Amino acid sequence: MSNWPILSVLIWFPCLGAIIVLLAGSARPHLARWLTLAFSVITFALSLVMLTQYQIGDGGFQLQENLRWIPGINTSYHLGVDGIAVALIVLTTFTSILVIGGAWQVIKDKVHQYMAAMLVLEGLLIGVFCAMDALLFYLFFEAILIPMFFLIGIWGGPRRVYATLKFFIYTFFGSIFFLIGLLYMYHRTGSFDLATLWAFPFTMREQSWLFFSFLIAFAVKTPMVPVHTWLPDAHVEAPTGGSVILAAIMLKVGTYGFIRFSLPIVPDASQHFAWLIILLSLIAIIYIGYVALVQPDMKKLVAYSSIAHMGFVTLGLFIVYMLARGQHDVQTAQLGVQGAVVQMVSHGFVSGALFTCIGVMYDRLHTREIAAYGGLAKVMPWFAAFWVLFAMANCGLPFTSGFVGEFMVILSAFIANPWIALFAAFSLIIGAAYTLWLVKRIVWGAAPSKEAAAMPKLTAREGWVLTAFAVAVLAMGVYPWPLMHLMDSSVAQLVTHLMTSKIG
Amino acid sequence: MISLNDLLVILPELYLTAAACLVLLFDVFIKDDQRDATHWVAIIVMLVGIFLVIHGQTSQTVTAFGGMFVRDHMAEILKVTVLIATVLMFVMARPWLKDRQLFLGEFYSLSIFSVLGVMFLVSAGSLITVYLGLELFTLPAFALVALNRESKLSSEAAIKFFVLGALASGLLLFGMSLIYGATGTLDLQAIFAAAGTTAHPHLLQFGLVFLVVGIGFEFGAVPFHMWLPDVYEGAPTPIAMYISAVPKLAAVGLAYRLLEVGLGPLAHDWRMMLAIMAALSLVVGNVVAIAQANLKRMLAYSTISHMGFVFLGLANPTPEGYSSALFYAVCFALMETVAFGVILALARKGFECEMIDDLKGLNRRSPWFAGMMAISMFSLAGIPPLWGFAAKVLVLKAAIDGGMLWLAIVAIICSIIGLFYYLRVVKVMYFDVPAEGVEPLAPKSDFTLRWLLSINALGLIAMIGFSGVLYAWCQAAFG
Repeated sequence: MSNWPILSVLIWFPCLGAIIVLLAGSARPHLARWLTLAFSVITFALSLVMLTQYQIGDGGFQLQENLRWIPGINTSYHLGVDGIAVALIVLTTFTSILVIGGAWQVIKDKVHQYMAAMLVLEGLLIGVFCAMDALLFYLFFEAILIPMFFLIGIWGGPRRVYATLKFFIYTFFGSIFFLIGLLYMYHRTGSFDLATLWAFPFTMREQSWLFFSFLIAFAVKTPMVPVHTWLPDAHVEAPTGGSVILAAIMLKVGTYGFIRFSLPIVPDASQHFAWLIILLSLIAIIYIGYVALVQPDMKKLVAYSSIAHMGFVTLGLFIVYMLARGQHDVQTAQLGVQGAVVQMVSHGFVSGALFTCIGVMYDRLHTREIAAYGGLAKVMPWFAAFWVLFAMANCGLPFTSGFVGEFMVILSAFIANPWIALFAAFSLIIGAAYTLWLVKRIVWGAAPSKEAAAMPKLTAREGWVLTAFAVAVLAMGVYPWPLMHLMDSSVAQLVTHLMTSKIG
Repeated sequence: MISLNDLLVILPELYLTAAACLVLLFDVFIKDDQRDATHWVAIIVMLVGIFLVIHGQTSQTVTAFGGMFVRDHMAEILKVTVLIATVLMFVMARPWLKDRQLFLGEFYSLSIFSVLGVMFLVSAGSLITVYLGLELFTLPAFALVALNRESKLSSEAAIKFFVLGALASGLLLFGMSLIYGATGTLDLQAIFAAAGTTAHPHLLQFGLVFLVVGIGFEFGAVPFHMWLPDVYEGAPTPIAMYISAVPKLAAVGLAYRLLEVGLGPLAHDWRMMLAIMAALSLVVGNVVAIAQANLKRMLAYSTISHMGFVFLGLANPTPEGYSSALFYAVCFALMETVAFGVILALARKGFECEMIDDLKGLNRRSPWFAGMMAISMFSLAGIPPLWGFAAKVLVLKAAIDGGMLWLAIVAIICSIIGLFYYLRVVKVMYFDVPAEGVEPLAPKSDFTLRWLLSINALGLIAMIGFSGVLYAWCQAAFG
């Protein structure tokens, strides 16, 4: 086994790529595209190398790198991955390729800047999943905003400036309270290292304050009701690639934060306030589902459905407390967390695919109004097939990835409290309603206009991108075992940690 | 008796005094079209100054002239930064000054004298040295603000700066006299010793209030900030750059010398005053900055809010607190030079690039300069991974360690407000298109300006990896 720092390479290689792409300049857009593709493919390959180096049975943090960083404040450049992080990193590198492929011809203005922003974003996102030092985590967590700011602001739609500022200020607002929480923890423990923070016995009072400082940050990023309003705006104005990255990966950063910070550092407060999160999750699942139902803009519809689906993730994460401590049912508690993580990965694929599809349609008619489309089954049959598949995955049809996560979460919720499960399961119906209605309006029927009837068929490039998404969605739905196996032991460790109270 | 040893301790200052005179003389004997020579001589003078400061650095504190002059780590860091900031100003100012027929020898000699004042100020071991340093530093600065005699705005700014500066130094002097009355000494360490045992504690506190007011003036902290936006707006841009960076560094030195070295036993009293000034500066600076359409005024109000952050560090009177404030001031000075550097690079004769809207569509004209400006704005806003973030974390930590969680939360809320106007600059550069009929922005092709500005800006990114080194220095300064 070699000892080369694969995690650092994964983080900084795309960033290096960004610099090279920037140097390619605006005059040679095609060079910028190919370079970016090459960098993202190599990054993906590297992430697979990491996957092979990762010892699956051992659920601890592996491939660690630890360097002193700012000696004055006891923080370090500490990286490491467990099964959950590995899964999310591979999701990131995989989706990045598809995003870059998807933006191939669509972005015509300042291609090199767009591609560079994408690569930087990829590197920073991987950084978030690798960080084992709280300050380092925060660094990546916040730095993501900068490339995203430019992605939406420069290449976005007509109201992009409003959306960008709203997005930026909302998320900055959230995370800065997180920073206060981090500094407070540092004040108490003298360290930013996650392992120290996990072990440190904070009092209940401290935990409660910390819990809310984390909650604000992660709730905004996830996003949870009632701080979700930036997401539909950001999605609607973002270019396709931005939307895909936003939905597929950036939203996971928030829930990943719950897994790394809220659950293990303040387990008692998390248990105490679990009802709050569960309530907010249920509101997200049901209420936002209804909101999605009435959207005339398909990007908004999918954006709202994302919020509802992320509700499942938070539900799965916090239902654990009703199981692990209330009934000492570790097995089902693990099921909840595992369901949440599966749902994170699955939502990454499904929403990424849906936004890519919307991008494909938008390139042809330049509108996102659902009413402008119709009869795609005849006009673009292959596209229609993909669209139906992803729509089905979105409403959680068995044999698609959407089903696995939702099923696991609902199952664990049922064991905790059948009423919660009932409400959560309602979402399946609402989800089916808005997705099927969307499919009906877009795919079936007659084309509403001449332009809609004459939409060009899928290009080979678009076809490849969608095929890749489809394979991922189906593979996860049919045979989720490798993913579960990958994170099984890590989830088990996490749940064991959660069960131990830090007070008394 | 003055010994040779004393002279060795102040070697950099002696050298600069001589060099400033030499630059003045040199300039008299050259023709007007050879002024570039003065420029390079001045830069070499400063670089040698940096070398002397670094070369002469000592691990322990050295005093000279019976304790009137102190040479320690903090003074060295401040001196080096001040010299670096001045070199940056010299390089970035040249094309701007040439465009406006302001390329004068006085500019260089006055600046060097002013820097000299700062160097004495931060090394002060006695109230006399503090006062002398302050005057030596501000008087040339007043003249520099008025460098452009033709401009009414400049003259107005200079008068305001002068009157208020005189008022501030008067208040400071009054405070010093009260403290002398209470303790019977001018030596800061003797004041420290006497402060705990004085028979006139109220007199001492009274004097302290005046000192804090004087310090507040130097920092431009609310409610003593009124001069700052006008001076920024009216002063020639290179001078505004100087005033935005150097006096803030001087003020950190001033605050440390007077408050900690001199009046440390009264920390309990002055901490709260600083905390309140910090909170006011943060709120007023950030809120008013949003309303500014003028880029320089906006930067002025943002400076006010940043001074609030520096106070956050000073409000925790421990080595950690001071080192975080020092770190913040150093970072701030280097961030401001980038922001002003871009303004300087874009301005040309008859066009000052003063309004935020002047930057519209800069990314289309010059992505590189837009990138530099964006880096400085993100850094000033404190967004990771830029340097401003590291600085903010440290002062926030200092405030929390000092038991002032409320102040940290005020600072956090204010920095969210502040985000808005920094982002607006980025927004204008990247998302807007220039209005019809406006002459396109084109940055100057001055080679040294481009390179130095780029290094300065890229340093704001790269330094996050090395901030540990700088912070270790800052800590050693108070260790």
